[in-house]
Amino acid sequence: MSDDAQTVADPGTTAGEAARDAVTCSDLSYSFGQVKAVDGLDLSVASGEIFGLLGPNGAGKSTVIRCVTTLLPVPSGMVRVFGHDAARERMAVRRLLGYVPQQLSADASLTGRENVALFARLFDVSRRERAARVTEALEAVGLADAADRMAGTYSGGMVRRLELAQALISAPRLLMLDEPTIGLDPIARTSVWEHIMAVRAATGMTVLVTTHYMDEAEQYCDRVALMHQGRIRALGTPDQLVADLRARRDDGSTPTLEDVFRDVAGSGLDEEGGEFRDVRRTRRTASRVG
Amino acid sequence: MMSAEPAEPRPVSVDGPGALGLDLLLVPPRARSGWRVLPARVAAMCVVELQKLRHDRTELYTRAVQPALWLLIFGETFTRIRAIPTGGIPYLDYLAPGIIAQSAMFIAIFYGIMIIWERDAGVLTKLLVTPTPRAALVTGKAFAAGVKALIQAVVVVVIAAALGVSLTWNPLRLIGVAAVVILGSAFFSCLSMTIAGIVLTRDRLMGVGQAITMPLFFASNALYPVAIMPDWLRAVSTINPLSYQVDALRGLLLGTPSHLPLDFVVLIAAAAIGITAASCLLGRLAR
Ligand SMILES: Nc1ncnc2c1ncn2[C@@H]1O[C@H](COP(=O)(O)OP(=O)(O)O)[C@@H](O)[C@H]1O
Ligand SMILES: [Mg+2]
Repeated sequence: MSDDAQTVADPGTTAGEAARDAVTCSDLSYSFGQVKAVDGLDLSVASGEIFGLLGPNGAGKSTVIRCVTTLLPVPSGMVRVFGHDAARERMAVRRLLGYVPQQLSADASLTGRENVALFARLFDVSRRERAARVTEALEAVGLADAADRMAGTYSGGMVRRLELAQALISAPRLLMLDEPTIGLDPIARTSVWEHIMAVRAATGMTVLVTTHYMDEAEQYCDRVALMHQGRIRALGTPDQLVADLRARRDDGSTPTLEDVFRDVAGSGLDEEGGEFRDVRRTRRTASRVG
Repeated sequence: MMSAEPAEPRPVSVDGPGALGLDLLLVPPRARSGWRVLPARVAAMCVVELQKLRHDRTELYTRAVQPALWLLIFGETFTRIRAIPTGGIPYLDYLAPGIIAQSAMFIAIFYGIMIIWERDAGVLTKLLVTPTPRAALVTGKAFAAGVKALIQAVVVVVIAAALGVSLTWNPLRLIGVAAVVILGSAFFSCLSMTIAGIVLTRDRLMGVGQAITMPLFFASNALYPVAIMPDWLRAVSTINPLSYQVDALRGLLLGTPSHLPLDFVVLIAAAAIGITAASCLLGRLAR
């Protein structure tokens, strides 16, 4: 087994890599005071794939996402989005990506349509095209009928789909979804994923998604990275990771992705499993949904 | 066991874009650049404010109660007592511009405080990932606060007129009044956004917000002329942008002697400083 999860950046091929990869992080670290949230992370997401960043609460997934979206600075290391440096070319990076944050967030005192129209304005959609484009985005996520209701009356799954419409309005090449199904009931979860898959099939965009639901990753992601305590512990297609573990265990049992996770994260997973702060945040999200 | 090689992406559906009817969403919009970004973002923020106001007007009415009481009780009473030297005009008239400025200031400060709610609700996070420079976002918010305060000011002007205050109806002067209200609100909303960037939490910001509004009001010429203030209060009033706002409003609405050029210079400078300070601290709210 190789402990080397990084795609080594060979100086000779960086230009080629940059053109092909949607996201490259090299040696990215981020700390909140004493807490090392991301610890020397190397990651590359190929253009066109659905890439899952998996890990328990507190693993550092959101911090990585927020560094890529330019929300957080990049204090050490390098982050590139389609070749653009996230620390230096912020506006160029933001124009390329659609972002749905972990927290359910729509402006409750605006209608669904107005929520999407705001993002159309902020991404410079021309006035001529705006109304049609907003309608198309709302239709794509199945909210055409609820478009003129206040977003405050939406269910959790509807808010998520509204956020998806907001993210799609600028035709992003990279869609970043931070725990898109957190706190949703199983039916809403499936519906959100179906819309993500349909949109991605129609547009061919790259999707970078974080989740701590291993089953979703197994079902929907082309490749996954298993993250624990700020580092990537394993990387590959879900099938490959599972097959590798089966080969290593060699006891005839069929492991799941969750078993792979336990294997690479070692012990410590059950005891830590996210700090109080994360648990509370998750609960808050969940209660907003319910 | 690990594969650093990206796998082949799953095949894209054969249905093509037409299946979902996403044709429009396949092409990125043409990006505005340079100076065009700022007015576009300011307009976007102001539109949102107007839409919210259209959905729910309760705040407009509830926020009219306090200024109405000030004018009705404080204004009428002190007009009778004649205790405050106003330069010959009824005290109610003297007070009206002060109350317009006060209500605009309260709204603007509260509007700035709302940025913490937006942060906690995740709305701000998404705005920060749009191609909107932080200064443009803050300017947009500042002017949206101005739009909201301006609509409130119209309500207070109507109340004042109903109470018999003789205000100007000269359209040029009224445009000046609108500009003064918007500039003042831009400053005060940025003041509270700046404080939000410093204290970072909702509870602390509410405390600070409440602690500064009344002193800003009393340490200004809104209720009484600077001439009758003790020296220390006069000093505070001199550095309080609210005083310049009230002075300009009095000059424009009542035609009393004022220092319009100075007032405008101070208000524009204050708004610019406020926008700069709030933009610098906005990033702290994103962490
Ligand atoms: N704003 C913050 N301030 C301080 N610590 C934070 C903040 N956000 C996250 N952290 C900490 O950083 C670590 C990683 O958090 P996060 O990236 O949110 O993990 P995940 O998204 O995988 O649940 C956690 O230990 C968390 O407590
Ligand atoms: Mg997270």
